[in-house]
Amino acid sequence: MTDMNAESYVTEDGRTIGGVIMEMKNITLRFGGVTAIQDISFDIREGEIRAIIGPNGAGKSSMLNVISGFYVPQEGEVWFRGRRRAKMKPYQVARQGIARTFQNIALFEGMSVLDNVMTGRLTRMKTGLAAQALWFGRAEREEIEHREKVEKIIDFLEIQAIRKTPVGRLPYGLKKRVELARALAAEPALLLLDEPMAGMNVEEKEDMSRFILDVNDEFGTTICLIEHDMGVVMDLSDRVVVMDYGKKIGDGTPDEVRNNQAVIDAYLGVAHD
Amino acid sequence: MIYREAGDFKTSYREDSQTFPIKLDRRAYWTLMVVAFAVVPFVINDYWANAVLLPFLIYAIAALGLNILTGYAGQVSLGTGGFMAVGAYAAYKLMTAFPDVPILFHVLIAGAITALVGMAFGLPSLRIKGFYLAVATLAAQFFLVWLFNKVPWFFNYSASGMINAPERTMFGAAITGAEASAPARYLFCLILTVALAWIARNLTRGSVGRKWMAIRDMDIAAEIIGVNPLTAKLSAFAVSSFFIGVAGALLFAVYLGAVEVGEAFGIQKSFLILFMIIIGGLGSIFGSFAGAAFMVLMPVLLKNVLVDGFGWATDLAAHFQFMIVGALIIVFLVFEPHGLAQLWRLAKEKLRLWPFPH
Ligand SMILES: Nc1ncnc2c1ncn2[C@@H]1O[C@H](COP(=O)(O)OP(=O)(O)O)[C@@H](O)[C@H]1O
Ligand SMILES: [Mg+2]
Repeated sequence: MTDMNAESYVTEDGRTIGGVIMEMKNITLRFGGVTAIQDISFDIREGEIRAIIGPNGAGKSSMLNVISGFYVPQEGEVWFRGRRRAKMKPYQVARQGIARTFQNIALFEGMSVLDNVMTGRLTRMKTGLAAQALWFGRAEREEIEHREKVEKIIDFLEIQAIRKTPVGRLPYGLKKRVELARALAAEPALLLLDEPMAGMNVEEKEDMSRFILDVNDEFGTTICLIEHDMGVVMDLSDRVVVMDYGKKIGDGTPDEVRNNQAVIDAYLGVAHD
Repeated sequence: MIYREAGDFKTSYREDSQTFPIKLDRRAYWTLMVVAFAVVPFVINDYWANAVLLPFLIYAIAALGLNILTGYAGQVSLGTGGFMAVGAYAAYKLMTAFPDVPILFHVLIAGAITALVGMAFGLPSLRIKGFYLAVATLAAQFFLVWLFNKVPWFFNYSASGMINAPERTMFGAAITGAEASAPARYLFCLILTVALAWIARNLTRGSVGRKWMAIRDMDIAAEIIGVNPLTAKLSAFAVSSFFIGVAGALLFAVYLGAVEVGEAFGIQKSFLILFMIIIGGLGSIFGSFAGAAFMVLMPVLLKNVLVDGFGWATDLAAHFQFMIVGALIIVFLVFEPHGLAQLWRLAKEKLRLWPFPH
């Protein structure tokens, strides 16, 4: 039995899970009269795959939006790498090393796959306007250096063949993959995935699960993902938060959550109808 | 299969991101450069300079500028004429205040001043988008024209209210004023156009360009990948206005020589440049040139064919021109938002497969 309260531990499949990287403390988020998140606390540990599950409208996406700085909660604190987050714009959150994908894909439709993935490296590209205007020298070197990194990710996600294709022309499943590639290009410390497998067929889901596991395994990226498919969640994640009507009703390993009566009643029971 | 990229393999990322990936395009480009720099200056006369080449080069700079803002960064502007006026009046004030400085500096500093003014008028873009931004830039257009009309300091208290370009030189050759020769004026504009096009190309192929396009395509997604909308939009306004300011300075000092602000830089000018990038192609360097060439050449052609050839009345030909432009704008907006540049690309794609279309 592993001791999950320790500073760090090694999972059964040999990955090392470190200390807490992100901590949400008593988060409450309201939209007018609607309370989307009510007094929820949980943490994400370095190197783990953390899932958030719950029925539609439970507040999962809202939680991801709080983490990525889109929504500012009325109450509660967000702690990242041991420091409390001051009021921050989403682009500042991104620069701290938090990348994400959206439930309804948010790619740059007018740009090629390659350019989309290259945008993932923007926070790391430092050449100023003047050097870029002249191109030769610094700007070109930087471009090539980042292109090499991006090509590795393109290979990794097996999208070499569509490199130069405008994103607008791609089918849904590939768009999801390109969006993941863009997030990965940022080499984030924390990767947030909002329903990465929604709307995919079984085969695409299997591919995506494999990519998520590989990302976590090979790059050691901490991942927090929202997913509907219970089977997928149980296979993928180290720990699961269960939400229902804005409240947290369960938190633990997949096994613990599966056997939690409140979760069975509120979510699994419904799902198995 | 003459025009092709098969067998023209790219073996480095550097080659892959060059401006003209296909050998034949590269050759065509360098041939054009040689002709433009080494042949045209020896054969150019005042008619060709004034009717075709100078307006083409100068409007190409303005179109590049507006394309950076609208085509690449997605910020609609109807203030182009007003910003060209800023460039023109800044150049005029500099030329009269510092007569011994080479004209190139006047023009470039005029561009820099326009960049600052453009940034100031770009500030509202952080709050307002699309149609409302267009209206705000329209307000800038009218305000700027009004300002240069009403404040005598800008036209050095001249009785006519117009500004006149005095003779200024570069390497001893007169570039402005009555004595300036066609080759000198042409070369001066050509050098600036080529340099600015090269800069536009460099900015749009690297990280700045991707920031602009990200803001254009989806500003929310741009923010989550770490793009600060403030700096991205303002840099687009600054660079765009620099180009437009330079174009305004050249239009006044090198091309027209004397300017009345409402006439030269009124709202029609804003629309003219906007039509150039719509017809030429939004978000395309080549399209900026294609659009400028089209809008400059079409009236000349129509005049030669309809008026001189068929004996039409001049105003009838002018109306005919309005109809053609209007129809083309609608056609391109509805069917081909990427303009002539896209048609050219499609033609090349066909050519690449020819004669085996599958
Ligand atoms: N921007 C918003 N404005 C108003 N209500 C919102 C907004 N975003 C989410 N909500 C509400 O918050 C609740 C939780 O939504 P969401 O976080 O999208 O749920 P989930 O992702 O779990 O399906 C829903 O009732 C939804 O209508
Ligand atoms: Mg959701």
